Amino acid sequence: MKTVITSTGNSLESEFDLRFGRAGWFCVYDEANGNYEFVKNMNAEDSNGAGIKVSEKMVELGVGKVISGDFGPKAKDVLDKFNIQMVILQNEGATVDSVLKKIK
Amino acid sequence: MPRRKRLRKVVAPPKFQGYKPYGINGESKESVELLYEEYEAIKLADYDFLNHSEAAKLMGISRPTFARIYESARRKIAKALTEAKEIVTVFGDIELDGSWFLCKDCHAKFTCPTPTEGIGCPMCKSQDVQLIGES
Ligand SMILES: [Zn+2]
Repeated sequence: MKTVITSTGNSLESEFDLRFGRAGWFCVYDEANGNYEFVKNMNAEDSNGAGIKVSEKMVELGVGKVISGDFGPKAKDVLDKFNIQMVILQNEGATVDSVLKKIK
Repeated sequence: MPRRKRLRKVVAPPKFQGYKPYGINGESKESVELLYEEYEAIKLADYDFLNHSEAAKLMGISRPTFARIYESARRKIAKALTEAKEIVTVFGDIELDGSWFLCKDCHAKFTCPTPTEGIGCPMCKSQDVQLIGES
């Protein structure tokens, strides 16, 4: 299963992003082979509808779980519909690496 | 991806995790597991005084199914009272789509789209989680 951790930057040392729709990057971790990659959030600057578009991106990436700091109601609807688990952490200032280590 | 089959809908989770008898000789040993939907059935029928069809409708189940859950709930509570057993509330076949859970150990909040293998915290694997309701 793939897990997404929202990230402010494109490396493991980047800060965990508490935003979902407007997160800078997505760290996509693949449980099956232990690999991870960083995908840029192309909708981060959208004036509206970022939550839905980003949720659809999660579906497209084949993600089963998303770890972020908050999910808007529209994003939640989409993720619920596609059986994608949402996890909310309030670990402000944590690095993506520290979040990743917890789920490994 | 197919949508998970809609099961029973619990209007609100119980406000307690269990009941314990007191004034008995020694600790009560076994406990009775009361499912969330059984708690809800008792509440709707005997506390809110709804009739069975109204209650069934509210829970999104058929009347015979409601009757079966309600009967099971009453028997369990009667058993607990008579045999001085603890009552523990547990998840049953309830609809958990859209519900948030809170991990009491690491305070992560999470949803459980496929609660097949029990409900545990996705971050720390703790089983000490609490249903905190929808959205
Ligand atoms: Zn936890």
